Amino acid sequence: MTLKELKPGQSARIESVDARQPGVVRLMVLGLIEGVEVQYQNSAIGGDPMELSVFGTAISVRKQQADCFKVAPLLSNV
Amino acid sequence: MSEATTAYVKVDSIGIRHRARRAVAVIGNPNSGKSTLFNRLTGLRQTTGNYPGVTVEKHSGIAQLQHSALELVDLPGIYCLGGFSTDEQIAVDVILGRIEGTHRPDGLLFVLDATHLYQGLYLLQQLMEMRIPVVIAMTMTDVATSSGIDISIEVLQRHLGGMPVVPVIAKTGRGLDNLKEALERFDEAEIPADPESWPELSQTADELAAAAGGTIPRIDVIQALLHPESETLDNVRLALGPERLSEARDRLFGAEPPQACEARHRYTWVRGVLRESQRQAPLLDRFGAKALRWFNRPWPATLMFFAVMALVFQAVFSWAAPLMEGIDAAATGLSGWIGSHLPEGALSSFITDGVIAGVGSVLVFLPQILILFLFIIILEDSGFLARAAFLMDRVMRGVGLSGQSVIPMLSSFACAVPAIMATRVIPNRRDRIATILAAPFMTCSARLPVYALLIAAFVPEQDVGWFNLQGLVLLGLYLLGILGGLITAFLLKRSALRGPKPHFALALPEFRWPNPQTVSIKLLDRARVFLRRAGTVIFAVAVLVWALAFFPRSESVQQESFVAKAQAEETLQGEALAEALQRIENEAAAEQLSQSLLGRAGQFVEPVFRPLGWDWRVSAAVIAGFPAREVVVAVMGTIYAVGAEAEEASLAGKLRSATWPDGRTVFTLPMVLGLLIFYAWCLQCAATIAVIRRETNSWRWPIFAWTYMTVLGYSGAFLVYQLGSLV
Repeated sequence: MTLKELKPGQSARIESVDARQPGVVRLMVLGLIEGVEVQYQNSAIGGDPMELSVFGTAISVRKQQADCFKVAPLLSNV
Repeated sequence: MSEATTAYVKVDSIGIRHRARRAVAVIGNPNSGKSTLFNRLTGLRQTTGNYPGVTVEKHSGIAQLQHSALELVDLPGIYCLGGFSTDEQIAVDVILGRIEGTHRPDGLLFVLDATHLYQGLYLLQQLMEMRIPVVIAMTMTDVATSSGIDISIEVLQRHLGGMPVVPVIAKTGRGLDNLKEALERFDEAEIPADPESWPELSQTADELAAAAGGTIPRIDVIQALLHPESETLDNVRLALGPERLSEARDRLFGAEPPQACEARHRYTWVRGVLRESQRQAPLLDRFGAKALRWFNRPWPATLMFFAVMALVFQAVFSWAAPLMEGIDAAATGLSGWIGSHLPEGALSSFITDGVIAGVGSVLVFLPQILILFLFIIILEDSGFLARAAFLMDRVMRGVGLSGQSVIPMLSSFACAVPAIMATRVIPNRRDRIATILAAPFMTCSARLPVYALLIAAFVPEQDVGWFNLQGLVLLGLYLLGILGGLITAFLLKRSALRGPKPHFALALPEFRWPNPQTVSIKLLDRARVFLRRAGTVIFAVAVLVWALAFFPRSESVQQESFVAKAQAEETLQGEALAEALQRIENEAAAEQLSQSLLGRAGQFVEPVFRPLGWDWRVSAAVIAGFPAREVVVAVMGTIYAVGAEAEEASLAGKLRSATWPDGRTVFTLPMVLGLLIFYAWCLQCAATIAVIRRETNSWRWPIFAWTYMTVLGYSGAFLVYQLGSLV
């Protein structure tokens, strides 16, 4: 499962990142790395880009890049 | 933008007690409260200038401490020293003293947002490797506390090698005295050791620096390792040999991009530090947070965005009206008083028709421009513009750009000059240039006077549903500008600036109430810029245009009107006589004007603009407006004050009654619409041209922009007038 498939409100832990895909390094610099928990907050119309929160910071991620992050969903209040 | 801020320096407060003033660079993440803190520490003792020899703006101020004064240099808010964008490059160059003619700062004031320690500590690690003293101001501690974040400063400080960490609340000034004390003693502070996040990197850097025999600063070695593509670090490559570097890179990063490895190491360390120093209590879902989250859902947020923009444009038009009428009445009153106290002639005409009619007609728009700037500043400060970037990313993708271009484009509604400088956050040069060339299409505050004048004169004031028709026309003009900009970006990205699709990674600040001090400092700055322009450039142009329109006085015209008046007095009486006298005077004035230098020059260029339906007066005003478009209103004010329409009190009325020599109305609907389109698309602003030159570092782009926009504006006006006249 990748970040792209999360539903609004759902949380997940990042398991692996494909850093070689274009535009991914910039997201890693903002803190999206392995082991970190993220929550899908909102999106723009059409679901793209997505707004994810990491340690309380909202980061906007396009679906194309979101697909490069493998995640394990966390059981929580969806 | 604001070199005039120096006018506010109080000489006694600069602190001449210390001879050589030490310089401290202020750095931190975007939205960390950095500029609020900077304003708190320096007050109005700020200046904006340029670094010598380079094209980078330097924003600095003086902080008065207990026993000494410090020069604080404000740096752009960034997330890393990655060299992704121009902003990041500027920060690195300033801190490392790479900018010629400036000194390396003696220390850093790092602004650490307590609610975003995660990203803040990342940047801080990179700064620690610079090996200069750092004082940390921890901002937003009140927000952190109220959202349940509990931070142990002692634990944090221990992990940071004992660097001073001072909590401050920039809004209220709490903790500011402690911060000043820490700044006072910053040079006693030990130079921080490298963070323990990546010992292999520190070790490799030490080895390579030693191998270069001390000729290369260690930080340059680190930067060269992490940024293989950077051109500024060729010296490292030369000193060490490319093989040695690439071997070290292979060992450190393997096949991964260096910055991905860097992010993994550094953020792993940050998470360890946070685990020990920060306790996050479960967030209570307060009403405000819940409501905001609801509003941030896709459709409500997008509708809100358009509603807010519509409100801004309505407010600009309707709120400013009473103030504008006040200024207008004052100008008319003053002009009438002077007219009745001075003998008729050149001096009286100079003051009333030249100075008051010219400068006054521009000054009238001060309220509108300030209201517009107030809104844009508030939208920027509250985090709204970043949200807009997020919501509009999809649209911008359609023209080959990303949401990151939205912020410069929206702030271009106020003024293209700061907007073009705001493109520095855009990482890719092609995307940045495309944005720079699209920004001047956005309706800036200087276009507003022209729009406002023509709309007020030719669009009836009536309501259409909830909206006012004049407001709707104005909205249409804004849309026209946006359309022009987007199409331009689209075409450029398909041709000269073809390149990979830009990515979009942006941290979205949460909604924050704007700080009144920050807002008022920015607003005051804009008011000063506007008034200075009205007092210098516009004043000079108004005087020049008046002189060109007034001289030479034709004796024969004077004579003829004298004869005609005498005749009328003999044959007519009462009201008929007054009317005839007025008509004769008007005809004489029109005749004088068309024989003046300006009249002759205008008639010379008129053929060029004839296909647009402009008479020589409009043509002359438009040409005078090329250095600064708001001048047009001043020029029209002067021309029409001298000419036959002088008896109409308002400039709008004068325009309405302007006619061709054969009696047809000049300002017909197609002509006015064409003129508006010309204004929407034409690049009539020397300041914008200069800033495009500066930011793109070549003459190619400003020349292209000017030619392209002028041709576009002319063609648009031509088509509308010609097609409109057929109907």
